[in-house]
Amino acid sequence: MRHEFHVRVGPAAFRIGSDWRAPIDQMRALYADYPAADFTDFTVRLEAARFLRRFLRPSAAINGDYRLPDAAPLPLGQGLLAAEMGMNLQMALGWRRQLILHASAVEREGRALIMTGASGSGKSTLSAMLGQKNWRFMGDEFALIDMVSGDAVPYPRLISLKNEAIAAMQKHAPDARFGPLMQGTPKGDIRHMVPPAPAIVRMQARAKPALLLFPRFGYEPAVREIDAGEVFMRLTQASTNYVALGEAGFEALTRFVQNIPARAIDYQSGEQAEALVNQLWDQLA
Amino acid sequence: MSGTASPIQHYRAEKAGELIIQPLDIMTLIYHRRSGITHIVADPVPQILEIMKQDIVTAGDVMQRLTDIFDLENRPDSGAVISERLKELSLLGLVEMIDAP
Repeated sequence: MRHEFHVRVGPAAFRIGSDWRAPIDQMRALYADYPAADFTDFTVRLEAARFLRRFLRPSAAINGDYRLPDAAPLPLGQGLLAAEMGMNLQMALGWRRQLILHASAVEREGRALIMTGASGSGKSTLSAMLGQKNWRFMGDEFALIDMVSGDAVPYPRLISLKNEAIAAMQKHAPDARFGPLMQGTPKGDIRHMVPPAPAIVRMQARAKPALLLFPRFGYEPAVREIDAGEVFMRLTQASTNYVALGEAGFEALTRFVQNIPARAIDYQSGEQAEALVNQLWDQLA
Repeated sequence: MSGTASPIQHYRAEKAGELIIQPLDIMTLIYHRRSGITHIVADPVPQILEIMKQDIVTAGDVMQRLTDIFDLENRPDSGAVISERLKELSLLGLVEMIDAP
């Protein structure tokens, strides 16, 4: 590839190659504080669909060790998003060292709060917001659960803010570094944010999961208990590698569900969510 | 009408070493090593698998063993319920249908 960039996020090392310079320059700037990797777990390639297209109507197709055959190419202006999507795809499909939960995670005093839910539940924004308070941000997309110790392993990639969350976080964290605003992506407006410094400096520091929340944005504040069987089922759906990990994944997830208290929370504002999180953390964690 | 009664179906549970059974509040998880599939089941499935041991049994045998151990209501459809569960378990691969010995 003409342009290349190596980066390590938590335990995973990526090599990003691109036919164009711009997405690589953006990544170098945003990942400036992350360690470079001297090995590669996954390769992500941003490639022009055809040679001429690179000049006439530039758009980046996402390729790599793992790829989705039907993934539509993104306009070059969204090259950074394409690279991030490519990195997520490699993790989701290829990672085997830990159980992956599609969840965000924050840490306090060595113990982790894990938040999982569908897209739009606010788990990413909540983790970013708590990461600005007295929590250490561990990741907004994947919570990695060690299958032997049960520890949560940090994966503090760039925080991917969508739509209303962009303005909200710019207000909460005016000093944070943000990437370019990408409008009209398949998920609406997207802007990446560099996680707070402790998240990057301590990205090898694991934490013991202590509370699992299923947040849901847009409803009257409420807390609900969930049966362990339902928690288990929802986490198998939230895991991208549960089936691939076989018996080890089953043992790890069963232990997780048996040991970690879980609640569903509804909220309509960041302040409500923070109050509920703190209340449940004090009660249960 | 052939006039002949259909033979009574016999079953044998999957070998205990192939199943990891973990109770989880009101549900029970069963990880099936051979298929790699996780099943989430409710009562009386775990009890049925337990009392079948590795024996070749009929639905009637299972009913009898359950009655011996648990204080079951003697409902007229209990046998049919057990029969249905055994058929479902055989479709999942957790129980094997056996030709009459």
